[in-house]
Amino acid sequence: MHAVVLLKQVPDTAEVRIDPKTNTLIREGVPSIINPYDAHALEEALRLKDKYGGKVTVVSMGPPQAAEALKKAISYGADRAILLTDRKFAGSDTLATSYVLAKAIEKIVSQEPVDLVFAGKQAIDGDTAQVGPGVAARLNMALITYIERVEEFNPDEGYVVAVRKIEGRKEYVRAKLPALLTALKGINEIRYATMPDMIRAARYQPEVWGKEQLDVEEAFLGLKGSPTQVWKSFVPQAKARAKVEMLTGSPEEVAKALVEKLVPLTLIANK
Amino acid sequence: MHAQGVWVFVEHLGGEVAPVTFELLGKGRELADDLETELAAVLLGDGVRDFAEQLFRYGADKVYLIDDSVLKDYRTYPYAKGIVKLAQKYTPEIILIGATTLGRDLAGVVATWLNTGLTADCTELSIDKTTRLLHQTRPAFGGNIMATILCKTARPQMATVRPRVFPLPEPKPRIGVVVEEELGILEEEVPTRIIKYEEEKGPGVYLDKAEIIVAGGRGLGSKKNFRLVEELAEVIGGVVGASRPAVEAGWIPYAHQVGQTGQTVRPKLYIACGISGAVQHLVGMQMSEVIVAINNDPSAPIFNIATYGIVGDVLEILPAITEEARRVLAGQRGVR
Ligand SMILES: Cc1cc2nc3c(=O)[nH]c(=O)nc-3n(C[C@H](O)[C@H](O)[C@H](O)COP(=O)(O)OP(=O)(O)OC[C@H]3O[C@@H](n4cnc5c(N)ncnc54)[C@H](O)[C@@H]3O)c2cc1C
Ligand SMILES: Nc1ncnc2c1ncn2[C@@H]1O[C@H](COP(=O)(O)O)[C@@H](O)[C@H]1O
Repeated sequence: MHAVVLLKQVPDTAEVRIDPKTNTLIREGVPSIINPYDAHALEEALRLKDKYGGKVTVVSMGPPQAAEALKKAISYGADRAILLTDRKFAGSDTLATSYVLAKAIEKIVSQEPVDLVFAGKQAIDGDTAQVGPGVAARLNMALITYIERVEEFNPDEGYVVAVRKIEGRKEYVRAKLPALLTALKGINEIRYATMPDMIRAARYQPEVWGKEQLDVEEAFLGLKGSPTQVWKSFVPQAKARAKVEMLTGSPEEVAKALVEKLVPLTLIANK
Repeated sequence: MHAQGVWVFVEHLGGEVAPVTFELLGKGRELADDLETELAAVLLGDGVRDFAEQLFRYGADKVYLIDDSVLKDYRTYPYAKGIVKLAQKYTPEIILIGATTLGRDLAGVVATWLNTGLTADCTELSIDKTTRLLHQTRPAFGGNIMATILCKTARPQMATVRPRVFPLPEPKPRIGVVVEEELGILEEEVPTRIIKYEEEKGPGVYLDKAEIIVAGGRGLGSKKNFRLVEELAEVIGGVVGASRPAVEAGWIPYAHQVGQTGQTVRPKLYIACGISGAVQHLVGMQMSEVIVAINNDPSAPIFNIATYGIVGDVLEILPAITEEARRVLAGQRGVR
């Protein structure tokens, strides 16, 4: 079994604070983590390795610091890590990102066959949930999104069965290999790194692939290869509603005033 | 050939069209009128022909239909192939898709095969009449700001929009044309098969349909204090909502999260308790009819969009409101 896991390094939003003056995120001192969805995807891949033997390769596109996320993955038990970094990759939207990731997977496949590619459902910094499906589309791989677990892996007959969770139902989906699966959060308990793996990770240096190491066309990279652009950004204006009416007084007084306002509007219901 | 027309993907399950489709037809109608072009619904499925009339009533001029037994259950490959085939033949200017689990699964693949841009989770869409470009607005990556995103040259311009972001339009009698195409895919070519499915049992959290929501944020401080939010909701017949930090802290399950990464809601009454009003939260609830904000920081942005504001300690104010509501409602019951 050979699984490739796509990992993105993201700021830990649980630690993020808003600057009350500028209304923007305070990024300084915010630690970077493996995107939580991707950490669960990695765990799912490692469980398959525990069960069937084989190998897990982790891949991340990002600035040189993203090597940290990859080393972390090695400490959990991943075997090989590849960092995709190049100035030309900067400014990529999801289309350009999936292009580089797909090209990297093609190169890995040319070195050794890949059965499964795992991605997270979405990256918490942008929440687009587009990159996983995009990579599958580029590689013409079967796609199973929002998986809760891998139910069965059968390389001899060339299929995988995964349970996907969607609105109101669970689907058991059988897909031809190679397949790309995107993982939900909280689906499995992420293991602790073992001492030998931690030692290995401390010494491990991810392979670094840039534009030169990949069979890519420059026109599809980074800003140039990104059809979408941010045209402007702005602080949202309050919707056109009457100015807020402040209710003041003791807790009992404001409670009384509020309920008096809401009851006639039949806004509160008797259960 | 010039790209033309605004398309809306029709999502359906169990013989019913999902409401987000009608919401998108409503917005799509405005965009098509601004562009002086037509609005089309893209309908794929097995035995779904009869939906066409409903789609016309909600504003479509045209329905592109692919009706094929391979399309019985939603699966990424045949649905995406079908839409790509239609889009390559009829070259739409814009494609809108609901940002549901199904829509997100589909949109990323279609956009990649069409080699075009896709903007996820838009909260506003409008046309710049001089450039004919679609202005796609969504919360910006990692900031408390909104960004307007353009897809200048690639076509179609593609966007996903969450349910309840746009209002449900009024259906009107209206006629349109159906344009039918073949799928041209055999079952053997489809790489996935649904072996079985289980309906999720138990009462779900119907936040998106709730008329009253009482939501709690980080300001509640602990899981124990979060009970105060649940108590008020119980007394006034509301559903409990939460900001992302409250969910991440484990005070309440994810299904209750309101905002960009949670649910979009449009209740009659939204009571925000200890929630600051970050854009990612606001985009999920700003369409509520009446908003009550309780926060001890008078400069919290939530007050900018509130109808009624109360500055003070939520731990003191919430129990007082619950008590008062209980008293008043009990009185009403007595009178009846
Ligand atoms: C990509 C992305 C997606 C996101 N998606 C979502 C989403 O879907 N939903 C969401 O909610 N957030 C989302 N966020 C997070 C969002 O940016 C904010 O961080 C979050 O909404 C803040 O939650 P909060 O208001 O509960 O906490 P805070 O911003 O910490 O606000 C707590 C408030 O409580 C007040 N308070 C404290 N103690 C008391 C007290 N005793 N009495 C009264 N008031 C008190 C404080 O004055 C403060 O205003 C997302 C962020 C990103 C980057
Ligand atoms: N720069 C990246 N490097 C590696 N994987 C990525 C990258 N961006 C996105 N992904 C993968 O794609 C998933 C969805 O990301 P997104 O579409 O940005 O929400 C993530 O959970 C990752 O698995």
